[in-house]
Amino acid sequence: MSTQKDIKISVKNLDFFYGKDQALFNISIDFVANNVTALIGPSGCGKSTLLRTLNRMNDIIPGTRVKGDVIFDNENIYGPKIDVVKLRRRIGMVFQRPNPFPKTIFNDVAYGLKINGMKNRTEIRDRVEHSLKSAAVWDEVQTRLNQSALGLSGGQQQRVCIARALAIEPEIILMDEPASALDPIATQKIEELIVELKQKYTIIIVTHNMQQAARVSDTTAFFYIGKLIETGQTDIMFTRPKLKQTEDYITGRFG
Amino acid sequence: MKIETRRQIYEFLGLFVIRLSMLIIVASMVLILGFIVYRGIGVISWEFLTQQPTDSMTRGGIFPAIVGTFYLVLGAITVSFPLGVCSAIYLNEYAGNGRVIRIVRFGINSLAGIPSVVFGLFGLAVFVVYFGFGSSILSGSLTLGLLILPVIIGASEEALKAVPMTYREASLALGATKWQTIKNVVLPAALPGILTGSILGVGRAAGETAPIMFTAAAFYTRILPRSIFDEVMALPYHIYVLATAGTHISQTRPIQYGTALVLISLVLGVNTIAIVLRARLRKRHR
Amino acid sequence: MSQIKQQDKWLNRNRIEYLIQGLFFLLSLVSITIVALVFMFLFKEGVPIFRIVSVREFLFGKLWYPTYTPADYGIWPMIAGSVVVTAMASLMAVPIGLLSAIYVSEIAAHRIKEFIKPVIELLASIPSVVMGFFGMVVVAPFLQNTFNIPTGLNVFNASLMLAFMAIPTISSISEDALAAVPRSLREASYALGANRWETISRVVVPAGLSGISTAIILGMSRAIGETMVVLMVAGGAAAVPESIFDSARPLPASIAAEMAEAPYQSNHYHALFATGIVLLIITFGFNLLADYLSNKYKMTEN
Repeated sequence: MSTQKDIKISVKNLDFFYGKDQALFNISIDFVANNVTALIGPSGCGKSTLLRTLNRMNDIIPGTRVKGDVIFDNENIYGPKIDVVKLRRRIGMVFQRPNPFPKTIFNDVAYGLKINGMKNRTEIRDRVEHSLKSAAVWDEVQTRLNQSALGLSGGQQQRVCIARALAIEPEIILMDEPASALDPIATQKIEELIVELKQKYTIIIVTHNMQQAARVSDTTAFFYIGKLIETGQTDIMFTRPKLKQTEDYITGRFG
Repeated sequence: MKIETRRQIYEFLGLFVIRLSMLIIVASMVLILGFIVYRGIGVISWEFLTQQPTDSMTRGGIFPAIVGTFYLVLGAITVSFPLGVCSAIYLNEYAGNGRVIRIVRFGINSLAGIPSVVFGLFGLAVFVVYFGFGSSILSGSLTLGLLILPVIIGASEEALKAVPMTYREASLALGATKWQTIKNVVLPAALPGILTGSILGVGRAAGETAPIMFTAAAFYTRILPRSIFDEVMALPYHIYVLATAGTHISQTRPIQYGTALVLISLVLGVNTIAIVLRARLRKRHR
Repeated sequence: MSQIKQQDKWLNRNRIEYLIQGLFFLLSLVSITIVALVFMFLFKEGVPIFRIVSVREFLFGKLWYPTYTPADYGIWPMIAGSVVVTAMASLMAVPIGLLSAIYVSEIAAHRIKEFIKPVIELLASIPSVVMGFFGMVVVAPFLQNTFNIPTGLNVFNASLMLAFMAIPTISSISEDALAAVPRSLREASYALGANRWETISRVVVPAGLSGISTAIILGMSRAIGETMVVLMVAGGAAAVPESIFDSARPLPASIAAEMAEAPYQSNHYHALFATGIVLLIITFGFNLLADYLSNKYKMTEN
């Protein structure tokens, strides 16, 4: 079914190692364009590790090793000719805890634009405003763009971080438990935003919150101890999963 | 019952000795500082700080020594700050866990372990003689700069380590290169810590005597230095010379106390500032 | 066409990144380069003395009369002086340094710790010339009057002042070692009914022992290399000291006291650089040992 849809990025037979410890075992999964895919599973199951292989963020951890392919735009992103910097420009990332830089809100969001060579000030200002609007945080920060983002609430900070990711117009946004450090109201706002953003972006989100996965995602993938156990349409996964193990986890019988 | 009592006595004695040792440290520190303050404070005056020595050093001020120490320290930090920060950046941001990092680290530890008088010999052989800079601010600053390099590296490394990993990740995730990330995110975040730690290096450089004895320090200069090739008077050397050499040792005793007080105020003042600032930074990062 | 251009840009940027990394790498080699240069130049300036005396005569010769004709270049009295003051300083500094580290790590309440650690750090930052000065003007007259000896500038005084210079090093590094001992070990000991002293002396200190030995070695290394204190308070006699109230002239003092008077490239000059070589080799050896111990420590920790 999913093969008929437009596949944005595709993982093929991926193994991942931290030193001698294998963290991912032979993972193969396709991520559909303009879909939200939720990666779920108990802690340590490898869902975050998989997310971080997609923009090669694990490269910066010494001693890690990848085997297998990740195909993006007909190219293996672990191929020898790949420019990691350019790849990361096209695949944005939002982290578990809001991590605004110790800069002003404006400079924070403009950072990605500047390092990618944008110099025209009006253009930068327009893009920053547009990104903050898309991240549904503009109304709250427009009067304090020259103050540090560290003075904002956690939820606002996280939406500024999303705006920062949106500013450079990535094609895919990776989200690593983006609401785990936030209160329920802030979480709800982020979730609404995610549903909104999938019109334009392909979103892959790691979450440990079953309800959140059910609310925001189109596809869900369940991981357990480094293996992909089951993947499918979210409503089907949550109502009649094929495997008992998935059902047990989703209904809260373990994990 | 009997063994119980014995255990309690041992514990009491053990903890007593531990507390006593701490008391000895604090008391000696108070004694040393207190004595120098007590004997030196009466000597300190505006004239003492701003005037030339007169009457073959038995009267007058220590202005040239203050100026000399200032120049030497300024020179030392100019030499070692860029080198130290760059070394720390390599160690913390680029190097992995391999053999290279062990060699680099071994070099830093070895450098930190070289006695100050050996630095003095090195400065004499290399800067004074080999490069022909003579006994001068330049030679002294270079020598002191090398001496405090490990201090700067250590401080910078601590500051870089305190920058949260997620800043780096966020920047890289936006398509920044490593260098862009270091330049625009890591260094600005680490800068307060690096500067604070470098103040410790300043304190160290200001108090050292042996490295400048053969490379920069003069017993007496009639005029203030005009170029980096001039010899200078310096506070620590001034104390040493007045206290050990010359014919007026007892006559110049008040000046010795005064100079010692100025030097410790300078060094401890600078260090206290650094320690307080650093404690604040550490708290913020926690 | 644009594809090619982009590829060029990428290569270019990568080249710049490599260049920058290479630059930082080279700059990080400065420290080890300086260490190498220190060895090189000290040997260059020191080795010529061995055309006049043999290494053996130089190290073990008991007479040091560099300005006489014929001159004597034996530094055994200085080596002995260094060994004696360092050993005595360690005798005082090791227990106090270690016990104070135990105090900070195991006993002090959090607030006291916040105060005491900076105090130890400040003790470390007192300039050595000030310590020497204090030894001269306070400790020396005190010793002279109390023990009724001809001079208070002697081995004992120098050792005492050196001890205070070594204490901060020993204390702070030992404290790191003790802090690294896992809490579970302490808990296990308490759970067996051991009291605080038993836990400290039989569990915590033995567990931190390799770190503590590193601390002691580095503290001793600091004491051997320390110049101003021994220059000002050890008394300066170039003879092997026979009692703790004898005058001595440790290696650094010998260099610092005479370098100013030794004519450039004279035998005396070379002899002082050779003394520097001996001092450098001793401290370097101590540092190698410390480095080895701390590496071993890390391995057992993992």
